Amino acid sequence: MIDWQFIIDHANYWLFILLMMTGFYIVVSRGNLVKKVVGLNIFQVSVFMLYISIGKVSGGTAPILPVDLETEPGVVYSNPLPHVLILTAIVVGVATTALALALIVRIREEYGTIDEDGILAIEQAIVRGENVRHGDAMGDRA
Amino acid sequence: MRHHLILRTVSKLLIGAILLFGLYVQFHGDFSPGGGFQAGVIVAVAFILHGIVFGLGMVQRVFPRWLVHKLAAVGVLVYAGTGVLGMFLGYDFLDYGAFSPDHPSHGQHWGILAVELGVGITVAGVMVSVYYAFAGRPPQMSDEDW
Amino acid sequence: MPETWINIFLFVMLAATALAVVRTRHLFAVVMLSGVFSLLSALLFVTLDAVDVAFTEAAVGAGISTVLMLGTLALTSRREGPVSASRQLWALPIVVLTAAALVYGTLDMPGFGSPDAPAQRHIAPHYLGETASEIGIPNVVTAVLASYRGYDTLGETAVIFTAGVGVLLIISELGRRRRRDDEDEEGSVRNPEGAGDRIGGNSRSDGDIR
Repeated sequence: MIDWQFIIDHANYWLFILLMMTGFYIVVSRGNLVKKVVGLNIFQVSVFMLYISIGKVSGGTAPILPVDLETEPGVVYSNPLPHVLILTAIVVGVATTALALALIVRIREEYGTIDEDGILAIEQAIVRGENVRHGDAMGDRA
Repeated sequence: MRHHLILRTVSKLLIGAILLFGLYVQFHGDFSPGGGFQAGVIVAVAFILHGIVFGLGMVQRVFPRWLVHKLAAVGVLVYAGTGVLGMFLGYDFLDYGAFSPDHPSHGQHWGILAVELGVGITVAGVMVSVYYAFAGRPPQMSDEDW
Repeated sequence: MPETWINIFLFVMLAATALAVVRTRHLFAVVMLSGVFSLLSALLFVTLDAVDVAFTEAAVGAGISTVLMLGTLALTSRREGPVSASRQLWALPIVVLTAAALVYGTLDMPGFGSPDAPAQRHIAPHYLGETASEIGIPNVVTAVLASYRGYDTLGETAVIFTAGVGVLLIISELGRRRRRDDEDEEGSVRNPEGAGDRIGGNSRSDGDIR
């Protein structure tokens, strides 16, 4: 026996989790740092949508009162609190994205690549070179 | 950039309208969707559009880098200063009732206006200075490579 | 009922955009698709009654972050290298496990749009009912943002400022000018590719294209 009402009530959460996991998959499976940031962005926006959907009230409207502030008794408003939290989170999100992108630019300048595997290979080559030069004094870090 | 004639003409027309819309969003945020966060971004977009179309040198003549960096800090100071001013008037930090003791909701209007202005200045300053930081570096690939 | 269909349509578009981001290797297209994703999510926010959020997402997600990512591409490269198969193989179980845990977490959540969910009965009625008399402005979101939760917003503004300072410290030319003068005195010419010679003589300057 399938409980259709339960599925309809919770489908929004599952759909947003699906989008979240698409972003997460990009972060885990791709080595390119710019693509990872795009994946993180998709993840982030999906979390925002999950939050906003929690604040939605069926039959409700946007939480903006009439200009004369006289609320009519029959009108239902959606919950304004998630809106406030997500509104600030979006702008903070783009500021932190800018920070991540700045780091990527610097990584490209130092390593000549923005691919995770490439950076790892260069790092290992450096450590191996140091081990050859300093020998046991470094404790064979590689 | 000589060849983008339509882009340059349309941008010239649009930038004024975008700035005006940014101010509207900033100061009408009490009544309609909007506020400091959105307005700051919209104002920043006007300058970024100018920078993309006419080059970084031109936009930095209009809106120099030192001014942008200072504005980012000024916004936070305006916000925190509003709270501290309330404390000097004998109220709690960020209690806007201080600005109009006889009529608390008027005080709220003034407080919200000041605080949103601080948010808008910081957001616009940070976004434009981040754009300057990215655009000020020598690009790694030529225009044809795109 | 039309609202449900609009939501389903927007959701299908969002999922298609996200899948296209997974498949595409051309980073310029990836960045543009992420802008499309933001714009579609802004539309979804409108149908979920969050007009302020939709406004912000449309301005920030589709505007500023696309510009910043394109700026990054101009400073790095536009192609994604081939993806190793083992990495993709490992990613799948991790993602499926995380999804299962999250779905398990939603099973006892209140239904979508339920008016008597805990989130709707805690402090939201106070904000909606008292804003008219306590704050006296029509936009409840602005009232909560700037007045009821003013401390919160002060913190967020400080975070944005700090992130901006961080970006300037990392890639701005401000601190670099002095360093370049020092290098000129030593007589070394700075490599325009940036890296390579500083990292122990390996020549992988186009390593991400491979």
